[in-house]
Amino acid sequence: MRIELVKRPQHSALFSALSPFIALGLTLIAGAIMFSLLGKNPLEALYYYFVDPLTGLWDENNRWQLHELAVKAAPLILIAVGLSVCFLSNNWNIGAEGQFTIGAIVGSILPVMYPDLQSWIVLPLMLLMGMIGGAAYASVPAYLKARFNTNEILTSLMLVYVAQLFLDWLVRGPWRNPGGMNFPETRNFHEYAILPEVWSSSGRAHWGFVFALVAAVAAWFMLSRTLRGFEVKVLGQSPRAGRFAGFSASKMVFFAFIVSGALAGLAGISEVSGAIGQLRPTISPGYGFAAIIVAFLGRLNPLGIVAAGLILALSYLGGEAAQISIGVSDKVVRAFQGMILFFVLACDTLIHYRVRFVGAPAAKAAEVSQNV
Amino acid sequence: MFESILITIATAATPLLIASIGELVVERSGVLNLGVEGMMVMGAVTGFGVTLATGSPWLGIFAAIAVGALFSLLFGFLTLTLVTNQVATGLALTLLGLGLSGMLGEGFVGQPGIKLGNLYIPYLSDLPVIGRLIFGQDPVFYLSVLLTVAVAWFLFRTRAGLTLRSVGDNHGSAHALGINVIGIRYLAVMFGGACAGLAGAYLSLVYTPQWIENMTAGRGWIALALVVFASWRPWRVLAGAYLFGAVSIGQLHAQALGIGVPSQLLSSLPYLATIVVLVLISRNRRLTMVNTPASLGRPFVPDR
Amino acid sequence: MKKTILSLAAAAAVLSLGTMGAQAATKACYIYVGPIGDFGWSYQHHQGALEMQKNLGEENVELAYLESVPEGADAERAIERFARSGCNIIFTTSFGYMDPTNKVAGKFPDVKFEHATGYKREHPNVATYNSRFYEGRYVQGIIAAKMSKAGVAGYIASFPIPEVVMGINAFVLGAQSVNPDFKVKVVWANTWFDPGKEADAAKALIDQGVDIITQHTDSTAPMQVATERGIKAFGQASDMIKFGPETQLTSIVDDWGPYYIERVKAVIDGTWKQHDVWGGMKEGHVVMAPYTNMPDDVKKLAEETEAKIKSGEFNPFTGPINRQDGSEWLKDGEVAEDGVLLGMNFYVQGVDDQLPK
Repeated sequence: MRIELVKRPQHSALFSALSPFIALGLTLIAGAIMFSLLGKNPLEALYYYFVDPLTGLWDENNRWQLHELAVKAAPLILIAVGLSVCFLSNNWNIGAEGQFTIGAIVGSILPVMYPDLQSWIVLPLMLLMGMIGGAAYASVPAYLKARFNTNEILTSLMLVYVAQLFLDWLVRGPWRNPGGMNFPETRNFHEYAILPEVWSSSGRAHWGFVFALVAAVAAWFMLSRTLRGFEVKVLGQSPRAGRFAGFSASKMVFFAFIVSGALAGLAGISEVSGAIGQLRPTISPGYGFAAIIVAFLGRLNPLGIVAAGLILALSYLGGEAAQISIGVSDKVVRAFQGMILFFVLACDTLIHYRVRFVGAPAAKAAEVSQNV
Repeated sequence: MFESILITIATAATPLLIASIGELVVERSGVLNLGVEGMMVMGAVTGFGVTLATGSPWLGIFAAIAVGALFSLLFGFLTLTLVTNQVATGLALTLLGLGLSGMLGEGFVGQPGIKLGNLYIPYLSDLPVIGRLIFGQDPVFYLSVLLTVAVAWFLFRTRAGLTLRSVGDNHGSAHALGINVIGIRYLAVMFGGACAGLAGAYLSLVYTPQWIENMTAGRGWIALALVVFASWRPWRVLAGAYLFGAVSIGQLHAQALGIGVPSQLLSSLPYLATIVVLVLISRNRRLTMVNTPASLGRPFVPDR
Repeated sequence: MKKTILSLAAAAAVLSLGTMGAQAATKACYIYVGPIGDFGWSYQHHQGALEMQKNLGEENVELAYLESVPEGADAERAIERFARSGCNIIFTTSFGYMDPTNKVAGKFPDVKFEHATGYKREHPNVATYNSRFYEGRYVQGIIAAKMSKAGVAGYIASFPIPEVVMGINAFVLGAQSVNPDFKVKVVWANTWFDPGKEADAAKALIDQGVDIITQHTDSTAPMQVATERGIKAFGQASDMIKFGPETQLTSIVDDWGPYYIERVKAVIDGTWKQHDVWGGMKEGHVVMAPYTNMPDDVKKLAEETEAKIKSGEFNPFTGPINRQDGSEWLKDGEVAEDGVLLGMNFYVQGVDDQLPK
């Protein structure tokens, strides 16, 4: 027996809506099997994984978990939205993690180096500088690609390591907190440099999540309603056709990288100023890489990315809840996360293709019917 | 001292070389598998576990190769049969591999492993300066060089290699010529998985004979970078792996000598060097164009 | 689909009610920065937690932990989750958890918080604790100077933080008490944990002529390299004798068990109070693995030194000690203040390395 795919003439609206649920169903089944094998109660495990973090929707005592969901999802969504513009235009920016880091560093210049500058103007400047920092760092691989045709996957990835080491050097050296017993961290940001909480009575979600939503809507509008969006897609799908239409591929390289770098930088400074409050040797648990998954889970559609970012954030939170409540280990959580992603990706196939299971004789029959 | 520095570099370069050569074949067939780190760490835990159970490092190595290939089949099934996005699937594979290997290896933590012995040829291995370098290293080192030769020969001197490259360059016309695109890609992906598995086993059986979670520590990503760095040529992969090894060992020596440069700067040298070399190589636009598999990362569904 | 979720929720609610009755009276919770399988820092904390639970009885103490919790925005969530899930005492076992621990502690005054290696106690329910590992490193230095023929030891360091700098200084002071010309070569691996890189660092040091290796990184790889090259080495965090039966001289073992027993017991008894404890050999926090692979006279010297430190008769940081540039740090007989040690960012005279600035 073989599996054969037949391309649908148009992508299926039905399966667009249905495939996440099929994926969820498969995940539940596979998860139940896995947790049973580990000797855990599968119902309990799955409850903690998928329901517990969301209980805040109706349970006020658990509302903090919704805030945490927003805190975790904000950088993922911000970065992934930028990456979608990159990926749609066929620019493979794998280095968002580095742009995130540089954005956080440049955005922190004011509160770290000029702590006496205390005014409302500081925060907007920080956000702006964060975006500029991220965009500038992203334009390095863009320049190398446009000028020397250097592969951007590699250069952007290499620059991640360089950015992380640079941050490490800064917080251990020149930017070290003078009152911090020589530990590797900067001084704590003063109150004017802290990104405020959106709804501080029930949790600590900060404005970064709002930025993420705004960025997603703006990117969606740009991609689907403007000429620039059309240009992005045309150049992404067929550079030749784009050239005939008078679009410049090398300008597009810069545009895509700068947009995604700026958003990654904004995510970086928002995370530092909203959720951490100072610079430390590690400020990201790999958001820049996880956002790549988010971008594809969201089918490179900015609005889909919002949903995907929330789903991935949910799997982190649920994983923690499951670790604590039923004592599965962190490795089980990660393996399960990988499984979820596999199911979601596999089910999306149904949107564009019809799946046929073909036995040997049936294959012939199918071929015949196709030819007729 | 000089000899043992070279051997240290060879040991650092070997796992990178093996994993990169595997990935090179995968990418030459037009598939981008970003799951190298995950396959590698699965190889590492398998190699260690089987060796511990059987007492034979060779069995461990074979098991790691088999598991690497099997694990990559998962990626193959998703990306080739179900045409999912290769970048996302590869990343998910890494996540799965890191988690799964941690689960499997929970009982191996804190147990010393068995090291795969070095080659010893009487007289030859005792030669001054080059004796141990050429005749006295571990068997997998020789395998890695052989692998490079074999892959270079296969890709550019055989018909089957030409077929594989044509699949990677233009899967549409390859299909039109009656070539089984999907079948060839499956084989390539499995070869890549087997190599990553071997590279992982090298870490847990030769480099540092022990099992610790996440012991690959990002080497799978370096291996991926090396393939692009080498512009998909096997010999350049070899050069790249050794250059990378040399720079990372060199910075440790610079530190031990007490050169007062920030260690972060020294640590970032391998990455900066890679970028510089890459720019130098890619300035020659025609050369890169010729070598880049044009269908890399593009999904293929045979229409019938 | 909705129905499934609802019935799932209902089932789980029943389940969690069902288990509620069987819960132990006190819940102790741990947050680790690495995987418990790192066989180093986090592993040792987890061993201490398990020892605590065994000692106090599973019926009295419930144990929960989260491993590989990144230092950053995630830490605060993890700590808060514990605080809300009924933990009575929460141990946050990495320096980077300092601010999140204090922030959450302010919100949950009834929960006790214990932060390892930090210095901030902003609320009465936050205590800090650490171990004087440098005491062990001084003993190691003495052994190194006795055992080394080359007169040079290799030191694989992780990151230039006070804890590590303090360790290097103590090692050098110990060595120079035996051989004033003793040298130490330092390599910064810039990682706590990368077996391959640690092995490479060990090889580089050995190729540059050191014949003793000591490490302040977590993996057993340097021990294995030392074994292969036929030189001696010191273990770190746990007893690594299995990885070098003929190599390990001794190892500094982080033994958190006694401290965890004491503190959780205090919670059970209702006697828990805020404090800042920096325990060493005397308190049983720093334990030396058996002295092996050395002649009896060296062993005797090591044991004598250990006994002197244990009894409080001797402090490794006792003057006269000069800074690396030759300027005076401690006068004759003067003992370093804990505050200075905890923020140490300079080498003492005799370290053959420039401290990364």
